[in-house]
Amino acid sequence: MSVDAQAQEAHAGAGAGHHEEIPWLRRYVFSSDHKVIGIQFLFMSLFFLVVGGLLAMAMRWQIAWPSSQEMPLPGGGMLPDVMVTDGIMLPEFYNALVTMHGTIMVFFAIMPLLVAVWANYLIPLQIGAEDMAFPRLNMASFWLAAPAGILMLASFWVVGGAANAGWTAYAPLSVSEVYSGVKLGQQLWCLSLIILGFSSLMGAVNYITTVINMRAPGLTWFRLPLSVWGLTVTSVLVLLAVPVLAGGLIMMFFDITIGTSFFQPEGGGQPLLWQHLFWFFGHPEVYILILPAMGFVSDVIANGARKPVFGYHAMVWAIVAIGFIGWVVWGHHMFMSGMTPVLGGFFMVSTLIIAVPSAIKTFNWLGTLWGGNIRFHTPMLWALGFVSLFVIGGLSGIFLAAAPVDIPLHDTYFVVAHIHYVLVGGSLFGIFSAITFWFPKMFGRMMNEGLGKLHFALTFIFFNATFFPMHMLGSGGMMRRLYDPTQYPHLQPQQDTNVFITVCALLLFASQLILVVNFFWSLFRGKRAPENPWQANSLEWSAPSPPPHGNWGGRLPAVHRGPYEYSHPERESDYWLQTDPTGAAPAPAPTTSGG
Amino acid sequence: MSNTTAAALERPTTGPGSGFGVYNMKLGMWVFLLSEVMFFTALIGAYIILRFTNPGHFAEPGVVLNVPLTAANTFILICSSVTMVKAFAEIEAGNQRGLRMYLAATALLGILFLGVQAYEYSKLVHEGFVPAAEFYAALGRDGAGAVEGGPLYGATFYTMTGFHGAHVTIGVLCLLFTTVMAFRGRYTAANHGGVEIMGLYWHFVDLVWIILFTIVYLI
Repeated sequence: MSVDAQAQEAHAGAGAGHHEEIPWLRRYVFSSDHKVIGIQFLFMSLFFLVVGGLLAMAMRWQIAWPSSQEMPLPGGGMLPDVMVTDGIMLPEFYNALVTMHGTIMVFFAIMPLLVAVWANYLIPLQIGAEDMAFPRLNMASFWLAAPAGILMLASFWVVGGAANAGWTAYAPLSVSEVYSGVKLGQQLWCLSLIILGFSSLMGAVNYITTVINMRAPGLTWFRLPLSVWGLTVTSVLVLLAVPVLAGGLIMMFFDITIGTSFFQPEGGGQPLLWQHLFWFFGHPEVYILILPAMGFVSDVIANGARKPVFGYHAMVWAIVAIGFIGWVVWGHHMFMSGMTPVLGGFFMVSTLIIAVPSAIKTFNWLGTLWGGNIRFHTPMLWALGFVSLFVIGGLSGIFLAAAPVDIPLHDTYFVVAHIHYVLVGGSLFGIFSAITFWFPKMFGRMMNEGLGKLHFALTFIFFNATFFPMHMLGSGGMMRRLYDPTQYPHLQPQQDTNVFITVCALLLFASQLILVVNFFWSLFRGKRAPENPWQANSLEWSAPSPPPHGNWGGRLPAVHRGPYEYSHPERESDYWLQTDPTGAAPAPAPTTSGG
Repeated sequence: MSNTTAAALERPTTGPGSGFGVYNMKLGMWVFLLSEVMFFTALIGAYIILRFTNPGHFAEPGVVLNVPLTAANTFILICSSVTMVKAFAEIEAGNQRGLRMYLAATALLGILFLGVQAYEYSKLVHEGFVPAAEFYAALGRDGAGAVEGGPLYGATFYTMTGFHGAHVTIGVLCLLFTTVMAFRGRYTAANHGGVEIMGLYWHFVDLVWIILFTIVYLI
């Protein structure tokens, strides 16, 4: 069957919508169009980002002005007495805030913002497909994620409150009501994550099948944009890591609900088993949360620098290498758990090794920038912010990977600083880069550059002012998840730093209002976006903004080269669309030189 | 949209020359089964760790669990894999009658397996072999002494075999659906992707059982 005939046939199947109007409900709510599902995930996870941020603000308030009558939590009066009594936040509620902030941010904000939003939105567009391999499975994936989120939020209002054993839910604290005072909240926590896990699995099966089977003619593996590579390797990690967490969660749920003793020492169980299961999932999860961002940032940096990505193949193999090594490093979370030090040594070495592919990526980004005629558009600023902050987070990661250093720093604010440098400075900056870069494609309108740059500048400043001092707090011995630092004499000299951090955190949160304003203003009033506003090369920029149902109007695009042919010496224009047939004789693979 | 999905299912290959030459549904099923492998790995891994660290919680093979009964049940499941293969072979040859017969036989064998498992569970519970730590061995065996082993035995046994049973149940439901479709003439010698992916899943469930039977009942 010829390519065109096949495209026509696929069109005939998918394109019913071109000729007859799709009812509103099926078009925007129960839609199986990958773009609508991506946008649904975008709104859902941005909502959870705000919720998670609010929880963090409440925590910071308590840390800066612990249980203070003079500085009561704003809005605390609206909360029920089991959370805040007489303006004083209860320790149990603080623990629930810690737990839910981590859980919501990791599972309901950052993970969908990186994977679900962009894998859905970008993969078919960047590989030149009309939709996902399994559009209805895709829809089910969203409609499982949304109730999982509602279940998680609802747990705040059940008897005993939300789960409060930390986002890592270490047993036996998490499985025993005697210790934590929470039963129903922890059960809902387990159920919600199991349901979300199903949603992630459906997504992962879909993304992997789609990338393998549905690439446009001419789009070989090594002509894929790095975003697609990042998302694909991430999907493999999701596919293999999430079921392990699900297994652990099921055992935890049984421990709480039907009284088994998998993780309860009094019944013969092994608390350490939960830690192993959790981190066997949890460490690949860390790379799930960074690999897609690395992909987006590579696309944006090449575009901003107007140069091919330096070392495209090395970038691809670095992603793959991180995906592999990520499976054998989980024990570095458990140096202090009583695990045998011999194993600790292994995990330390494997963790240090994973710094190598990460460094390859960093140097290649710098190599891409070197000598480029850089356009500092908003997505580019976020991408540059990503690289610089990821380096700081990566370096503090090397501190923590070394077992002898980790022993004093474990469970201190140093770890909190590290995780936020990679998860906010890394993942979230990458997400903002992606949102500002692909917004014109998604909604057909440009975002405001001035507001975008202001948002970036304020976020960058307040982010560092919030999280950098936490390194000092941690080295000074301040424990994480601490309800009231003033209770400890050795922490009192650092209390001023805590107040400073809280003020900066509040400003950081407030700065995000600019994004909200910019987002919604641009959505309705922004300048109409052309097809290719950034003069980029990859396939999505050959589709209209926003792309119609079926993306390509019934004819699959043909691909003639890799996605990074910027500033080609033999061309006048400094970009070269992958679909551009001119001068395309035998198309070369993407160049690996810095040009 | 349903047309697309159906088309993807029928077409032997999709994607213009890219991919592994495997149609979407089949590739998707393989990918899904990979994640299933990890799920059962988590359960079996937990079992191995708990058993090594608490040998006192586990009885010798055959003392608590009824090995001959479950061996027979294992045989039933293996037979169902054979009938599944036969069903696939029949439709490849274009034989509708054979397809219907073997699919129905596979579903029936699956139901039989579940029935035996339900019987086994009720008998074990009756003897005091339960998952909850608090009640383990509390009920006592009819006439005989309390059941051997400790609470981890019950917890791991029911979790592993129970989740396998859930997989068989889902498989049976899908088999019934496939059988109905076969009776409606949905599959042909050229288009029988539905039968093939049903078979992949069913063989996987069978394979997992052979591993579970070995490590839970025999060693």
